[in-house]
Formats: sequence, C-alpha cells, structure tokens
Amino acid sequence: MSETYHAQAPTTTPEVGGMGHALKRREDPRFIRGKGEYIEDVMLPGMLWLDIVRSPYAHATIRGIDASEALKVPGVLAVITGRDLEAAGLHWMPTLAGDRQMVLPTDTVMYQAQEVAAIVADSRYAAADGVAAVLVDYEPLPVVVDPFKALEPDAPVLRPDRGPDKQTNRIWHWESGDKAAADTALAGSDVVISEDIYIPRIHVASIETCGCIADWDPVREHLTVHMTTQAPHAIRTVFSLVSKIPEHKIRIKTHDIGGGFGGKVPVYPGYVLAVVASLTTGKPVKWIEDRSENLQADSFARDYHVHCDLGTTKDGRLTGLRVRTIADHGYSDAAADPSKFPAGLFNVITGSYDLPAAFVEVDGVYTNKPPGGVAYRCSFRVTEAVHSIERMVDIAAHQLGIDPAELRMKNFIQPDQFPYHSATGWEYDSGNYPAALRKAMEIIGYDELRREQAEKRARGELMGIGISSFTEIVGAGPSHTFDILGIKMFDSCEIRIHPTGSAIARLGVQSQGQGHETTFAQIIAEELGIPATDITIEEGDTDTAPYGLGTYASRSTPTAGAATAIAARKIRDKARLLAAHLLEANPDDLEWTNGKWSVKGSPDRFKTIQEIAFAAYTNHPQGMEAGLEAVDYYDPPNLTFPFGSYICVVDIDKGTGQVKVRRFVAVDDCGNIINPMIVDGQIHGGLTMGLAPALYEAITYDEQGNNQAGTFLDYLVPTAMETPAWETDKTITPSPHHPLGAKGVGESATVGAPPAIANAVVDALWHLGVRHIDIPITPQKVWAILREKGVTA
Amino acid sequence: MNEIETIAIELTVNGRRRALKVAPHHTLLDVLRDDLELTGTKECCLVGECGACTVIVDGRTVDSCLMLAVEADGAAVTTVEGLAIDGRLSPLQAAFLDKGAAQCGFCIPGQLMSAHALLALNPHPTLAEVQEGLAGNLCRCAGYQQISEAVLATAEGADR
Repeated sequence: MSETYHAQAPTTTPEVGGMGHALKRREDPRFIRGKGEYIEDVMLPGMLWLDIVRSPYAHATIRGIDASEALKVPGVLAVITGRDLEAAGLHWMPTLAGDRQMVLPTDTVMYQAQEVAAIVADSRYAAADGVAAVLVDYEPLPVVVDPFKALEPDAPVLRPDRGPDKQTNRIWHWESGDKAAADTALAGSDVVISEDIYIPRIHVASIETCGCIADWDPVREHLTVHMTTQAPHAIRTVFSLVSKIPEHKIRIKTHDIGGGFGGKVPVYPGYVLAVVASLTTGKPVKWIEDRSENLQADSFARDYHVHCDLGTTKDGRLTGLRVRTIADHGYSDAAADPSKFPAGLFNVITGSYDLPAAFVEVDGVYTNKPPGGVAYRCSFRVTEAVHSIERMVDIAAHQLGIDPAELRMKNFIQPDQFPYHSATGWEYDSGNYPAALRKAMEIIGYDELRREQAEKRARGELMGIGISSFTEIVGAGPSHTFDILGIKMFDSCEIRIHPTGSAIARLGVQSQGQGHETTFAQIIAEELGIPATDITIEEGDTDTAPYGLGTYASRSTPTAGAATAIAARKIRDKARLLAAHLLEANPDDLEWTNGKWSVKGSPDRFKTIQEIAFAAYTNHPQGMEAGLEAVDYYDPPNLTFPFGSYICVVDIDKGTGQVKVRRFVAVDDCGNIINPMIVDGQIHGGLTMGLAPALYEAITYDEQGNNQAGTFLDYLVPTAMETPAWETDKTITPSPHHPLGAKGVGESATVGAPPAIANAVVDALWHLGVRHIDIPITPQKVWAILREKGVTA
Repeated sequence: MNEIETIAIELTVNGRRRALKVAPHHTLLDVLRDDLELTGTKECCLVGECGACTVIVDGRTVDSCLMLAVEADGAAVTTVEGLAIDGRLSPLQAAFLDKGAAQCGFCIPGQLMSAHALLALNPHPTLAEVQEGLAGNLCRCAGYQQISEAVLATAEGADR
C-alpha cells in the first residue's frame, strides 16, 4: 500500500497502455457495429414472455381480479396474482434498505402503475393482449401524495403491515452531528440564513429499460437469471435467501447494460415474477419493461424537502449549519443505502467548507408513490447535500454583499487541513479547493464576466454567474461501516496470467457504460507491463467472478480498481520468485521496471513478465505452486473525496423566461486518472445529467397520485440541442490511501452541476428580490417570477 | 399456438433482397430484430420518443418502432449492421471509436443511423445542424459532444 502514484505523465508506452493513456475503448467496436448484446437481444429456445397488469389508481382496495377472459387470449398460458404468490410466501420481498415491498398485492395497491398481476404467454403480443383482458375491480382509497400531510395525525397509515410500534407514516428518523453545538453556533451568529429547498423526484431513465430472462432447469434444479443488474452477486444472495434455492444453484448473468445510473441496483417485482413464472412452467421466461413502466414504477431518486439554517459572521465567516429534511420514499423505503445510513451520505452537507458545527436530521416518510430512494448517477444522497449547501452559501454571499467566489475562498477547507474531520464525522482524504476554484475563474474570465454583468444589468439585461465548489464522497466501504443488507461493501478482482503471457481478469463490479473492459485492463498493464490489449476483462457472471458488491456510487475504481492493482502486485511478487529461479539470482537482488524483473546493476540480465508467465507453467521451481494468478478482496480504509469547482454563465430571456447556459467551465479533481478520454466522457455525461434536473426533469403527481411524467414527451431528457458546449479541465490531488491515488469520477459532475446552474439563475435575478428558485428552473417558473417582479421583455 | 394471417413483403435490407411473410401488426423493428436477427437496431420507448430504433428507409431516417413492416414493402432499409464497408468500420463508425462517442452503447446504433443519413443529405453540416440532426436520438450517458465531434470529423475527413 506504500506505492502511490503522483506522476501524471504515463510511465508505460502507448503499446502497453497503462495509466494515463487515452486508450480507445475496447467495448466500442461491438457497440458501433450493432453487435452489443443487451438483455433484449438474448433469446433462448422455448422462451415465454411475461407482461404485467398495473394499477391505474395510486391507492385502492382490490375487490377482485377476473382473469377468465385473459386466459382465453390465444397464446396466454397463465396468470399470476398476489393470492398465488401468497400461497408460496412470495407476495412480499425485502428491499435493499431493509424495508419490504410487495411483489404483487393481495388486497391493496399503493401507487399508480404498481404491479397487480402477471401474464405469461408464448409471445410478447399475446402477453400484452392478455394484460388488456384482465379485469380488476378496484375501490379507490384516500391518496397521500404530500409527505408533510402524511405526517399529520389524521393521515391514513399507509403501512399497517409494520409492527404495532410503527403505525405511522414516519419510516425512520436519523440524526448526525452535534445539535447543541450547532444551536449554540447559530445563536451566536451575526446572521442566520434560512431557506427551504426542494430537490424533486427524478428518474434515471437509462435508455435501456430493465429486464431479465429467468431460466429454471427442472432437471438440474438450477436457476439462471440473465438480467440488467448493477450488483449481480448481491442479487444472487438475496434471491437465494428469499426463494430458498441454494446459492450454488443460482447463476446471475449480465450482458451489456444500456445505462444504469443507480436505477438497476434494486430488485423489481418484474424480475421476481419472471423467476416465479419460470419455476412454474419450467421454461425460460423473459420480462422487459416498457418505457412508461420504467418511468412510472421503477425506483426514483431524490424527493428531499430540505430546510437549512446557515450561520455566518457579518464578514462572511461561516459558523454553523442546521438541516431538517423530509425524505419522501413512496410506499416503501427501497433505497440502496448502506444499512447504517438511511439518508445515505447526506450528512456530507458541510461540503467544501470548514464549518465548525453542524447538525442534520432526516425523517423518511411513506406516501402513495412508487418505492425508492435510489441514486440518479450520484453516490448515496450526495447530490441533495451538495445542492443544499451550495445554494445556501450563495444566498449567504448575496445577502452579505460578498462575491460568491470570495465567500467560498474564505471558508474552504485549506489544503493543509487534510485529512480533514468534518463536523458530521467524515474524514476527507485530500483536496485543494482554492486551486480548483481559482483555475475555473481563470478559464472563464470571472472578473471580466462580473464587469459584463454589471453593464448588462444597467441596460436591463438578465445575466447570471453561478459557482459550485462541490465535494463528493464515494467508494464505499470501508466494510466496518458500510453494508447492504448485512453484506459488507468490499470489492474484488481475480487475475490469471496465461502461459503465453496474456491474461484474464474477473471483477465483482459491473460496467453499465463506464468502460471497465478498458480501464481495468489499463490498471493491470500499469502494474505488470502486459499490454492492455492482451488482457480480457470479464464481469457479471456470478459463477466465475469473485464476489463483489457491484457498480454504483462511483465505487468501482476506489474498490475494484484497488483490488485489481493489489492482485496484480501479488502476481508481481510471485513473478519475482520465478524470475530469481530463472536468473539463478537472489530475489532480493532483483528490481522491477517496465514489465521486467532484472538483476540490480546488470540491466541486461532480466526476465519479462511474459517469459516468467511461461515458466510458471513450464519451468517453475520444485516446491512452488504452478500457475500465475491472484485474487484480492479490497476493503478500502476510507472513502475517497473527489471535488471540483464549476462556473456557469446564463442569459435569461425576459420574454419567455428561458434560461440559456452560455458557458460552463468544469474543473474536476478525481485524483490520478486511468484513462483521460473515459474520464472526460464521464464528466460530459455527468454535466448533462446535472443540467437535466436543474432545468428540465421532474416527476410530479397530481392530488390523486397520477404520475405526470410517464413518457419522454413529459419527462424532458436533454438532447444534443439542449446540451451546452461543456469546457472541462482538471486539477490532480491523488487520494493518499488508494493504491493508485485514484478517487472515482462517474458522478462528480451530476453532483456539482445543478447548483452552479441554479446559482447562476438566482444571481441574474437577485437584484429583483429573488432569493431562491427550486429546480427544475423551467421557463414557466422564471416567466412567472419576472411578471411578478414587473419585468417585461 | 395461435395462427395469425401473414402478408408477403419484399425488403432490401443492407443491400440484400429479403422475401418475408410478416404478421400485419408487426413493426419494421419486430421484423428486423426477430425475423432477420438484426438486433443492432434497439428497442426502447416504442412510441417514437427516443430514436434508439432509427433505421434508414429509402434514404430517410425512420423510427422503426412506428412503421409497420407491411408499410416498408418494396423499400430499401439500412441498419447499423449495413454501415461497415467490406467488414471494415465506415469512416463515421471509426470516428465514433476515435472520439470515445459510445459509453453504454445502447443508443449508438440509432445515433449512427441519424448521423449517416444527415451526412448523406448534408455532407458539410455545421455543429448546430449536427445537433439538430441528432435531436431525435436520446443518449442518457450524454456523450453528445463526442458524438457531434465524430460527425463533424467524418465530414472533414471526407473532404481530404
């Protein structure tokens, strides 16, 4: 663990392709030829299809289900209802957050689009016709959409199935930090800034929806589930525990995954229904949800109602933070948060600032909405935290009349304070926040923009400049603190070097577009000098890969990436003994450079890793095990803390209220970089997924609980037209505890971008008396504000 | 097994003539994926909102989920599998590889078809024209800039 990379120029040749090379992605040739293999492309002989009857009501009693007409539809073979599952004890299932949710209801539906029955048929069209022919008799019940109303004493208890001491819609109450210290700090502050900030419900909307093929072999008594999951091993264990099928009789197999972003972590009822259907029929059963099912029923993200009180001195020194939050989880807490953290890592809300006191409390609440609380391309609830603190700091700056950049500089955790212990208990590993903000300000020409803004304001034009200086917290474990349903959050890599010097590595994580086949090969290339092109990376087959917790929360590089480096170093250690044998030298007299062990002082006496690999199978010394392979289960000693500073410039159309992002500079620091092209792609994607909730996306419900964003016409995913020309740059502050000095990057931009945009909009409107606007900042919202303030085009 | 009346159609798919009997309710997407096993064309929303199933029919881009197979009778259809030239990546495909335009890859066949059709109609598009040409193709990994750069680089390369 003593080895830490600081050099940024690649140390390997382009042919080897270790860290720092912008290697072309090895998965891309199949993608751009149309030869990717996604779940919808997998067809098995004799396969049946499953489709789902869904509730039109958000809350209703099921008085009866009449499937007789459905069973007459040609091709329909079976109908599965909640009563059928109840007989097998499978009508409820655990969520990853330790709550439970219905697979199918027996009596009551709890949200619009909830699964009510399943149709099994010999074709997709027959299954869909069967769905249309099922008659369900519903009696509507009062609907609870507003989480604040859900907490009122006369609200109907939505989950009477919970224990007698839990007959309330409050799921849990969670606290972090020191309440007395925060109260004292705020009481002694010159100014306390208070604001309500709503971070709305949104959906990851990966372009590939969720799906699976469950394939039960009644002769072998073996279940294979081909599925779209970000966490194959955890799914296998949960399936085994719930179904009682022994774990060695279950194989989870992923294929190419068309985007995940957190939405493919949970177990959805459709997966379980396909398994039940296959167990019943003895045939493979395929379920693929359609787009509206995906948007209406799958796990959502966010839905946090945050109230912040931020204390400050008159000259802008932050003194304390108090945060009270209502978290709307729908009818079940189906978050994918570690069990000790029901609100995820939301208490990283002190952000990039040296805040001496903080207290955070969160109440999880049930409502008649789909279950969830998964991520939207962010580590556990970090986006909610970053949006809140970055909005609050900006409001403080404006209210005190201090430039937002100056106020941030004044309160940043300074480089010499790392490792930094936050008021809510985190140990930030490394950072240089002033450097990142300074760099962003230089690139965008901050001072000049402020002058331009003043001139434009004098002319009545609306231009705003917004900053976000975010700190991420990613890479869970450490396993002493982090688990999912009791399974510890380590991750793994197994490397086998073949006799001719090429290799295969298998990992416990699961790519959904992150380019693992390329980056993990580059790590091995870096460590062993084997060209990345000679290394196969394999994930997503639980029969072959070592156990791991999967890919989400930007954890693959911090955990499995580290495991890969350590496994490679174990191989290098054994290679040293083999080289000593081949060179007839003492192992202590050898040194490692660029894929070779050579005799110190005699650089022409060496053995390459390829020669050593061949010897491991053909000429290994007596008493040594044959072969050259290693496995590592890496348990990180701490999380990693990527960070960055973003600056956004917006122009607002006074006639339409439309916000145009004119410029957006993103300076990111994710520690050492494995593949700069992939990192850049991840940041671009993350920025666009930050723009989306800032300006466009929200899932809203009417008072009857009808989802108002169930198609791509209503749920506005940005296209190429809306996406600004992102300007990206970086600083590099390696993680001191990660073996490669890397930190993870996939979600930084999603976390950092929304407040930069929101801050820019409010900055453009502050002089009109606007303090805060909740995202998404739609033209309608801005237009209404402008009219209220008497601004016309 | 339920018997459904079928209708005979002829398509030229990626330059090859195919005589098929198709169910009247099957879409062009169904026939490409299920009957012809050309699974490069992806299925996502089935209502023409995402562009994942984009193919080129007689020179124009079409969401193949919105076109019945019988409507395509007699047409020339190009899918992503038809872009490579003698088994080698087309310049547009090569540019996607060079620019790192693909991430999860799911939308990429549709993006390639829209870009291919755009360049056929407008060999020298501006950035704004590229963005407009791709506006019907959602990419959630959001590599829009890299995709646009790949299209512009292809146009530039064709001039040399």
